[in-house]
Amino acid sequence: MAVEPLIFELSQPERRGVRFPAPDVPETPFPDELRRDRLDWPEVSEIDVIRHFTRLSQKNHAIDINIYPLGSCTMKYNPKINEAVARLPGFAELHPYQDEADAQGALELMHELQEMLGEISGFDAVGLQPAAGSQGELTGVLMIRAYHRERGDTARTKILVPDSAHGTNPATAIMAGFEVVTLPSDARGNVDLEAVRSAVGSDTAGLMITNPNTLGLWDEHIREVVDLVHEAGGLVYNDGANFNAILGIARPGDLGIDVMHFNLHKTFSTPHGGGGPGSGPVGVRADLEAYLPGPRVRAVRTEAGSGNGGATDEGVRFEWFQPEKSIGRVHSFHGNFGMHVRAYCYIRMHGAAGLRQVSEDAVLNANYLLARLRDRYEVAYDRTCMHELVLSGSRQKANGVRTLDIAKRLLDFGVHPPTTYFPLIVPESIMIEPTETESKESLDFFVDAMLQIADEAERTPEVVTGAPHRTEFKRLDEVAANRNLNLRWQPARAEQAAAQPKEALAAD
Amino acid sequence: MAAPEDLRFTRTHEWVRIDGDVATIGISDQAQGELGDITYLELPDVGERVAQSQPFGIVESVKAASDIYGPVDGEVVERNEAAVESPDLVNSSPYERAWLVRIRLDDPAQIERLMPADEYDTFAETATPH
Repeated sequence: MAVEPLIFELSQPERRGVRFPAPDVPETPFPDELRRDRLDWPEVSEIDVIRHFTRLSQKNHAIDINIYPLGSCTMKYNPKINEAVARLPGFAELHPYQDEADAQGALELMHELQEMLGEISGFDAVGLQPAAGSQGELTGVLMIRAYHRERGDTARTKILVPDSAHGTNPATAIMAGFEVVTLPSDARGNVDLEAVRSAVGSDTAGLMITNPNTLGLWDEHIREVVDLVHEAGGLVYNDGANFNAILGIARPGDLGIDVMHFNLHKTFSTPHGGGGPGSGPVGVRADLEAYLPGPRVRAVRTEAGSGNGGATDEGVRFEWFQPEKSIGRVHSFHGNFGMHVRAYCYIRMHGAAGLRQVSEDAVLNANYLLARLRDRYEVAYDRTCMHELVLSGSRQKANGVRTLDIAKRLLDFGVHPPTTYFPLIVPESIMIEPTETESKESLDFFVDAMLQIADEAERTPEVVTGAPHRTEFKRLDEVAANRNLNLRWQPARAEQAAAQPKEALAAD
Repeated sequence: MAAPEDLRFTRTHEWVRIDGDVATIGISDQAQGELGDITYLELPDVGERVAQSQPFGIVESVKAASDIYGPVDGEVVERNEAAVESPDLVNSSPYERAWLVRIRLDDPAQIERLMPADEYDTFAETATPH
């Protein structure tokens, strides 16, 4: 496979993709101060553009090509019906400034999605506006802050975060102005209960927990943890990144959690990666509802017969409103509406029983991988796992093969590597999340690759440490890439490079 | 490599070398080994404070970014610009060329609470640096 040039390098002077007809209105001169002598746009034809981007797309890895077991990211298949529904003109061609009377169907869908997410998670109210998991986290923690401030409880300056947490949790707490207290994990991978007990107090604003946690384990003391924080006057935030393990089985709201975010781009099958865009709605219990970002959607009863006569139920209309003590907007307009449509479609397509099946299959698939891999790789915490499993490459390390090498070798099998070196508390960590959409054949394909790599690490470690062998580019120099960032094509630099003799370039 | 005997160590894998009331601080060979190839160092300026058990700098590798914790209290009197320029020194020479900062000690007695080299070697064998 040839190296694909940049679109700029395909440029030929005066080549055009589109030729405009002569203007049928008088020309107006462009203001001089806005003119440039040189505009380094690529000059290419339509077919040049199509071929270039088609070739690039063929070099991509995607869930549509092969298993994508990137732990903690829930890279599940995105059903194509979601795309078909999101492209219906009634959804796709709406304008956010459209009068709400003309967009009742869209408002109804958002209202139902709020209700459905609330029912699945056990929360009283859901706001759809945040556009990512991290933004949902920030929204949640700002609501916790607003809750304490409203009560005059300003001495609560600390947020407790387990050491297995996603890095976004402490980052969120810091962004919201809190001090982070890190809690250790116990020998079974739960947050250490004694550490929670000694950390909570009158300065505790809240605790951010991920359950199931990033070790792929259910926290066995979740109720005690929640009670300890509540008794101290703090609130409990649940990072919903791992919600795919418990749909229809356990509801965070029922466990006493106060706030949680959903990742529609993980659990509810909207696109993930490639920019998504994401969607991170937030669920809360009733007494936090007034702090949610707005505008939100609500249903208003009308006199029978005076409804809008559209597709909505007779006697009900939907309207925007700003929650009373809202922390404000966290996104323009109403969040990523196209993602709301896809998630709605996914939930409707599965129904309650189907969503439970999703989680059961996700957990079954992860435990199948664990059962087949446990004899050849160290297992970080030896328990039944939830939707993901965390191995350690520590046994392979003895032969000079590191987790990074194992990940690179997987590329030779056409597999996207799992998450590596996270969670931080597991040395040489390999975090694998197969998701429910992989068949047994697909799981076996992944396991066979991992077993072959384990063999190679013992017998021919150089095959692993020299990987990848079958990709277009071999091992990249990540150190050089990190130290000498080169992120943008710059015409001056390109011309300079072209003018330089090759020896000079090599020494550069 | 075994930890040099003239150094003291923290549980967070920093080392300290004492010369009068000045302490030189770096990160251990075990720490650089776990971090992998180091790409970036963020260190305090001369005159800034370093506090025991509090983060005072950041070390970034191809794998992760980690805080560097103060082993003792004091004020920065010198920082190693050569290490900032070439962070790979931390990989190649963690105990000599890649010292990070020198601080003037508030309380030299704090040193006594840090681990001697042999104790650190035993600790690092079982601990997970992060």
